[in-house]
Amino acid sequence: MSMRTGPRDRAWLASLGKVAAFVALGVLLSVYVVEYPQDGLVARLVTTHKILSLAGQHLGIVVVSCALAILTAIPAGVLLTRPALKQWAPRVVSLVNIGQTVPSLAVIALSVGLLGIGARTAIIAMWIYSLLPILNNTLVGLDEVDPAITEAAHGMGMTLGHVFLKVELPLALPMILAGIRTAVTINIGSAILAAFVGGGGLGNLIIAGNNISRSQVLVLGAALPVLMALSADAFFEMLEHRTRV
Amino acid sequence: MIRFDGVSKRYPNEAATAVDDLTLHIRPGEICMLVGPSGCGKTTTMKMVNKLITPSSGTIHVEGRDIEAVDTIELRLNIGYIIQDIGLFPHMTVAENIATVPMELGWKAQRTAARVDELLDLVDLDPAIYRKKKPRELSGGQKQRVGVARALAADPRIMLMDEPFGALDPITRAKLQDEFLKIQEKIRKTIVFVTHDIEEALKMGDRIAVLKAGRVVQFGTPMDILAAPADPFVSELIGGRQALKMMNLIFCGQIMREVPVIDRGQTLAAALRLAAEPGAGRLLLSSNGLRERFYVDAQSLALAAGDLAAAARPITRALRPRASAQDALSEMFRTGDRFLFVEDDDHQVQGVIELDDLFRQVSRYEHAHRA
Repeated sequence: MSMRTGPRDRAWLASLGKVAAFVALGVLLSVYVVEYPQDGLVARLVTTHKILSLAGQHLGIVVVSCALAILTAIPAGVLLTRPALKQWAPRVVSLVNIGQTVPSLAVIALSVGLLGIGARTAIIAMWIYSLLPILNNTLVGLDEVDPAITEAAHGMGMTLGHVFLKVELPLALPMILAGIRTAVTINIGSAILAAFVGGGGLGNLIIAGNNISRSQVLVLGAALPVLMALSADAFFEMLEHRTRV
Repeated sequence: MIRFDGVSKRYPNEAATAVDDLTLHIRPGEICMLVGPSGCGKTTTMKMVNKLITPSSGTIHVEGRDIEAVDTIELRLNIGYIIQDIGLFPHMTVAENIATVPMELGWKAQRTAARVDELLDLVDLDPAIYRKKKPRELSGGQKQRVGVARALAADPRIMLMDEPFGALDPITRAKLQDEFLKIQEKIRKTIVFVTHDIEEALKMGDRIAVLKAGRVVQFGTPMDILAAPADPFVSELIGGRQALKMMNLIFCGQIMREVPVIDRGQTLAAALRLAAEPGAGRLLLSSNGLRERFYVDAQSLALAAGDLAAAARPITRALRPRASAQDALSEMFRTGDRFLFVEDDDHQVQGVIELDDLFRQVSRYEHAHRA
C-alpha cells in the first residue's frame, strides 16, 4: 500500500514546492527592481504598488477569461458527449478550432474592431482563445471513460445524473484539468497583449520599458508573466496528482 | 422468477437476429447458466433482464411483473449486476464501490458501513485491510470478490453475472467458483450466469441453457446435457469424455453405501456371516461403540486365524463426501483397490464406494436418457 501512496504524495509535494519557488522568484525580482532601480526614472515608474496592481489586473484578465471558458466549454463538452448530440461534436470542435488557429494578437485586434478598447475586449478575445483546449479535453476525457464502467453503473440502477456526477465526471476530471492547465498557461502569456488594447496587465511594463529604453523594466515585465505561467502550471500539476485515479 | 416469453432482439443494421424467439423460465434460487460461443446472444439475453437492452418483441417477467411496466431504476436496484474484468469504479475505494446501491437507495451511513464490512467478510476479505483500498491495488481475484460483494450489497433476490470469472487465471477461477458456490448455498439467489466456458457451466449451473445463433438448443441440468446432448452442436461444445465429466457431477456422499460395523470382540464366524450378507462385503471394526480406521473383508477373514483383530486391515486413504466420483475413480486407480472409504470432516468413516457402483451410477444416467 505504502508503495503506491508514497511516490504519489511526494510528487504532489514536489509540485507544491515548484509553485512556491516560482512565486518567491517573482517576489524577489520585484523587490530587487524596487530597491535597486537602474535610475530615478525607473524608481518613479516601478513601485511596489504599481507592480501589484498590474499583476492583479493581469491575473484578473486570466481568471475571468478562463472562468468564462470553463463555464462554457465544459457544459458544451458534456452535452456533445451525450448520445443525442454526439454527432455534432466534430463540427463544433472545428468551429472552435478557428478561434485557436488565428494568432492571439489578431484575435485581440479583431475584437477591438467589434468591442472597442479596454480589459473587456481582451477578456472576450482570450475567452474565445481558451475554449478549444478545455472543450477538446472535456470531450476526450468523457469519451475515454471505459464503457464497461458506465454500463456497470447503469446496470446497478444508478440514475443518469448520478452516473454522470459520480462516475463519468470524476474519471474525466484529470483530462479536463489538463485542458484547463493548457488554457490558463497560454492565457497568462497572451494577457500581455491586453496592454496593447488598453486592458492593463503586466504588458504595460514591457511597453513602458520599451518606451523609456530601460531594460530593467522590460525584463521585469517579461519575467513576471513567465513566472506566473510557470507557477500556474506547477499548481495544475499538483491538482492532477491529487485527482489522478 | 424470471420468465422469457417469445423474446426476440433484432438490430437494425444486422441481418442475423441476436436473440430469436427465446422462451425460458428460470426458477427461484437456481443458477441458470447461459452458455454458447460468442455472438450466440447470451449476453444480450441477460442484459434484457435489467433493461440495458430492450427486446424487439416478446415479454419478460421478473418476479411475476412484466418488466416493461416496472420503473427501470427500481428494477435495476433490485437486481445484482456483475460484469467481467473491471466494472469496479477505479476512482472509488472498495467500500465506496460496495456502497453504490445502498447510496442510491438512500441508506444511512452507519447502516451502509456495517453492510460493507459484513459483505467483505462474506467474500473473505478483511474489512480493516481492504475497505480503504482502491481497485488498482487489488489482484484480479480480489477485484472479482469486491464485484460479488457490490452486487449483493442491497440483498437483491436476483443476480446477473456476465463472465464474472472470465479474466482470471485457472487456479484463481476454480477457487472463486468454489467460494461462490459455497456463498450461494447460504444466500440462494436466483442467478443468470453468462459464460462461454462449458466446463464452468457444468460446474456452476443448476440448469444450463445452451444458446446458438440466438436460439436455445438445449435447456436442462448439467447431467441431462452430458447424458443426452440435443444435437451435434451441443456434443461438440461438451467436447467428448461425457461419462468422465458426468462423474464430476456425482459426489461420493451421494453414491456411497453404508458399511456394516462389527465390534472387535466378535468372533470370526460372526464376522464371516455378516460379510456374506448381500451387499456387505467389507466390515468396519469398532470398539466400545467407536468406529475404528480398520476393516475386514471376506478375503482377510478367510486367511485369519484366531480372533477378529488378526484379520483387520488399516484404512490408509479415504475421501470426503464432497469429493466427486471422478476423484474416487482416480484414487482407486492410484491404490489399485476396487473400493474406497468415505469419511466425514472428523475422519469418521461413513461409508464405502465400490468400483461397480461408479459404473452403475454413470451408466444409469446414460440409460435413463436413452430410454
